[in-house]
Amino acid sequence: MLTNDPLQRVLYIDLTRRTFEVKERPELFEESLGGSGVGIRLLEEECPAGADPLGPENPIIFTVGPLVGLYPLASKTVAMFKSPHTGNLGESHAGGRSAVSIRLAGYGAVVIRGASTMPVYLVIDEDGVRFRDASALWGTRSSYTTGSVLRVREGGSGTRSIMRIGRAGERQVSYACVITETYRHFGRLGLGAVFGSKQLKAIVVEGKRTLPVADRRAFLKTYDAIFKAAVDSPLMQKYHELGTPINVIPLDAIGALPTRNLQSGRFEGAEAISGENLAANYLGRRVACAHCPVACIHLAALRIPYPNDPYFYKTLMLGYDHEPIFATGSMLGLDDVSGMLQVMDEIEVQGLDVMSAGVTLAWATEAFARGLITETETDGVALAFGDATGYMEAVQRITTQPTDFYRALAHGVEHAATLYGGLEFALAFGGNEMPGYHTGPACHVGWLAGARHSHLDNAGYSLDQTALKKGERLTPEGVGEALVNEERWRQVLTSLVVCLFARGIYDRETVLGALAAAGFAWNADDLDRLGAETLRRKIAFKQREGFDFDALRVPQRIVETPSPAGPFDEAFVRKAITHFRDTV
Amino acid sequence: MAKRLSVIDIDRCVGCQACMFACVRRTGSAGLENSCIHVRSAGGIRKGFVVVVCRACPDPPCARVCPTDALTPREGGGVRFKANLCVGCYNCVEACPFGAALWDGHQHKPLICVYCGYCADYCPYEVIALEEVEG
Repeated sequence: MLTNDPLQRVLYIDLTRRTFEVKERPELFEESLGGSGVGIRLLEEECPAGADPLGPENPIIFTVGPLVGLYPLASKTVAMFKSPHTGNLGESHAGGRSAVSIRLAGYGAVVIRGASTMPVYLVIDEDGVRFRDASALWGTRSSYTTGSVLRVREGGSGTRSIMRIGRAGERQVSYACVITETYRHFGRLGLGAVFGSKQLKAIVVEGKRTLPVADRRAFLKTYDAIFKAAVDSPLMQKYHELGTPINVIPLDAIGALPTRNLQSGRFEGAEAISGENLAANYLGRRVACAHCPVACIHLAALRIPYPNDPYFYKTLMLGYDHEPIFATGSMLGLDDVSGMLQVMDEIEVQGLDVMSAGVTLAWATEAFARGLITETETDGVALAFGDATGYMEAVQRITTQPTDFYRALAHGVEHAATLYGGLEFALAFGGNEMPGYHTGPACHVGWLAGARHSHLDNAGYSLDQTALKKGERLTPEGVGEALVNEERWRQVLTSLVVCLFARGIYDRETVLGALAAAGFAWNADDLDRLGAETLRRKIAFKQREGFDFDALRVPQRIVETPSPAGPFDEAFVRKAITHFRDTV
Repeated sequence: MAKRLSVIDIDRCVGCQACMFACVRRTGSAGLENSCIHVRSAGGIRKGFVVVVCRACPDPPCARVCPTDALTPREGGGVRFKANLCVGCYNCVEACPFGAALWDGHQHKPLICVYCGYCADYCPYEVIALEEVEG
């Protein structure tokens, strides 16, 4: 690393004492680059064993990487914390502007310790941290309001990031998210609740400094190669045109689109909620993360008339992607696009993780239909697949929690089903609600065994679909090994904080070239070492906090609902998990 | 003929800021500090973006208020900037209604577009282009 690279500066913020300091930690970044690699090491340092995820002892750690601000498509921030949702490793990644702002404010990582005794928001820039009173912002009905207020109140428009929580975070719903730049999220595993527990309403980060490069000529050459690949190659085209919802129709066609709480893998409304239909009839604007020419963020423009006021309309601009569409569309049986988008919007207003919220409501709907719960539990809300109005009311109640039932829903589907029954159709994996794939056994093994129980850990859904295309049958050993290999390599990409959509562009050779011009003399073995070590560290942290591969619950529903891979049983899944464990 | 950077179609801007990074990279470094072009949201991303860049006025107000002739009108429109003459008075920043005289907070001097068009080469959506100044 170049001696003058500000990446080595770690900003430590103490919310309890309202102080901050910067420490130079070059060894962290020289050995682990940034992102996941540095994040897990800081979490090991900062998070005591058995920490209460909602206690002051739980740290919030943000990390960026050496390529941020230098190259395109390297603009993700990794957040590390102990998750209040799973009670274990919390790792969530967001696009938007935050990575570029943190790096160009002159930091490689931000560590937040302690808890405030009153609502605050932080302003972070080159000069350090200012603590600002957020008591007037606390309790505002909509998460959008916090963004609008801070946008005007704070400076740096164009070179800043505004991370904020909604009321769900304030109320510590265990899957509350942190919203950044309105349309990107630290979505999964409840970072919003950790913010809420610290009375931390928002963080504004502003930065635009210059960064050094080791070799100008090599830097410019590598830059142009990456930029050209991003703009010209078909690699990124699908994200650029229809965005991630391009997957809806193909997944439905093979019977892999989770529908009505995964009672089916096919949704008769797939066409309506497809990327094609949304682009043709709703797409209002496409936007990009900082320093990414691909612009995969698709915003739907939805005009809603007021029922009793003629000529009064509101127009929502709402971000959509495959996962929110699965979670509020097929999973809830909503083929009415307007209704689906309005449910998504209510989830945004509250500041919830859309995937966990959708899957939790899908379970609640089935539990309601089966009589496990009644309108007494639901506070009079009739939950039914396809009924957007009921879902909008239920989403609000997950935040306001008028009954014990909603207090249970506010801790996710695993917790609620433990109390009310229906665990066999409660679609949580390692405590985290499922993503939008039922492609075969590998996807389920992937998010059961994966370090953050995310489809992005190891892309089991891709393994399933590749086998399907080739007409091959997967073996438990093959699945376990392939998932570990993929998850190791992804540790490298997420340590560099390269967008996983750009994984085809950032191959080994490109990564090494980009690093060299940035002042990191790494070789292929170094990358492999980092990938394996980071995954090992994450698993070790989880085991320290009580995680056990052998104790994972396999929801019965996944082996009952036919998948395109044909029948597979729980024994297959368990064997693959064991193989994953032994390979790590 | 003099050239200038034109904003062709702001509605196609996705806010990726590849132009800003390009402006800095033209000098061989990375980051955003010395960019002479600025992209920000138009009051929240839902409303789209604003590209702030010198439009090469035929009678540039920034040059008119410069007390040291660091900024002088360029033939055909726009200005030339001589940093060694600049005393950092900030008059130019306040005079430009577009805010296109950006500010280098470390050197205390304005950042003025040199109309090279390097940024436009990196705009994937044809939002900006180097064009002849219209008479």
